[in-house]
Amino acid sequence: MNLADSTQAMNNLLGSEADSQRTLYPYVTGTSVVGIKYKDGILLAADMGGSYGSTLRYKTVERLKPVGKHSIIGASGEISDFQEIMRYLDELILYDNMWDDGNSLGPKEVHNYLTRMMYNRRNKFNPLWNSLVLGGVKNGQKYLGTVSMIGVHYEDNHVATGFGNHLARPILRDEWHENLTFEEGVKLLEKCMRVLLYRDRSAVNKLQIAKITEAGVTISQPYALKTSWDLSAFKNPTAGAEGSW
Amino acid sequence: MSPVAESVPPKGGFSFDLCRRNEMLVQKGLKQPSFLKTGTTIVGLIFQDGVILGADTRATEGPIVADKNCEKIHYMAPNIYCCGAGTAADTEAVTDMVSSQLKLHRYHTGRESRVVTALTLLKSHLFSYQGYVSAALVLGGVDVTGPHLHTIYPHGSTDTLPFATMGSGSLAAMAVFESKYREGLTRDEGVKLVAEAICSGIFNDLGSGSNVDICVITKGKKEYLRNYMLPNPRTYVSEKGYSFAKKTEVLLTKITPLRELVEVVEGGDAMEE
Repeated sequence: MNLADSTQAMNNLLGSEADSQRTLYPYVTGTSVVGIKYKDGILLAADMGGSYGSTLRYKTVERLKPVGKHSIIGASGEISDFQEIMRYLDELILYDNMWDDGNSLGPKEVHNYLTRMMYNRRNKFNPLWNSLVLGGVKNGQKYLGTVSMIGVHYEDNHVATGFGNHLARPILRDEWHENLTFEEGVKLLEKCMRVLLYRDRSAVNKLQIAKITEAGVTISQPYALKTSWDLSAFKNPTAGAEGSW
Repeated sequence: MSPVAESVPPKGGFSFDLCRRNEMLVQKGLKQPSFLKTGTTIVGLIFQDGVILGADTRATEGPIVADKNCEKIHYMAPNIYCCGAGTAADTEAVTDMVSSQLKLHRYHTGRESRVVTALTLLKSHLFSYQGYVSAALVLGGVDVTGPHLHTIYPHGSTDTLPFATMGSGSLAAMAVFESKYREGLTRDEGVKLVAEAICSGIFNDLGSGSNVDICVITKGKKEYLRNYMLPNPRTYVSEKGYSFAKKTEVLLTKITPLRELVEVVEGGDAMEE
């Protein structure tokens, strides 16, 4: 009851013509992104699904993109808003290149730009409906941060968006350590993505892993994870409780 | 007793009479009393010889921890135990009630209780209350037909699973199970995995905390390991101790040993919890 009152009041405050221009809910969404720091740089993982509500509409959505020379961004949430963010970032990098001063924007600067953008949009009640992960390496310094749709931002050794926060971060808190090798990092990310595949309804079994080091960005080809459904209890689940399901 | 009540026999199930009144009061601005919830991480898994159940020990009342060391693994029968998440009063009452029904059934049939019996009694009770009895349970036990593990949701649906988690910490615990469970675990591996899953809930979920309780049930034997792990010890204790306010005077200290005054019968029947 209270919720209805406040939305009515808010609508009155903003005027009726403003309603049609605001983001009220997301339409085509991507699910979690998981990122970790490892010995040589940053690893990000995201699947390639774009859900339209409860339908799996798009199965080849690239949710990991390079930004400039030193960073990669991963996004979950509304895909069209992510495409808009990429336009803004491309413009930012372009203007930076036009200075031609030998310096280039690093991951920390891009993260800050994203934070300001998300927070200002949120203050206008017209958010970009995304949770972003930004990782990169510049001058040997590794950086991994995240920004949510309301502008909450922080950096850490391992981050995740959406369901990844509940399912992947407990695993990462236990098993992440400094100086993981590339193989160990990929194995750890695959472990998290496998649990997400089992337990997140909007996950698909087609994922990409992005790696960024001092040398540059590599985004892998899409591949699928091996899953195991051969627990004997699943073969005849109601053997013990006849008539149940 | 009013004369009207005598003529209408009670129909059973939930009486929705007061719901409209409660809604009207909330609209008028009444703050509804908060209830004691067990935030909770509860888990169960089937291993080689039986079932292992695990639970944390934190009971919350909104944002406050009401009980730092409560017991969430409830006794149902000598060979069946049940972990409960949701409203603490509901889980206690419903497990107590079904436990007595099982005992009467055992007297009637002269046989060991089966897990499906407890399952059916619980699910039909919860269904008839349409989800208002907010109890989410993990039921496990070993009977003549073998080891069984079930989850029961507040609306009355059930699942039969090799490993299960419930409660607010269920995702953190399930992440551990999905990455590390395999068939044919030994007792020690199973206990270690359950403890790891509960710890994952304790440290990653705000509604769960304090200690780990574990119950291992095998054919003919059960081990109730209360406070199996205490990963949250109280690390700082002030050396000053407790100092009474200056005005307090201790007048007299007298200790009366009661054993000399009454007859104590050692042994006797221990009360089953």
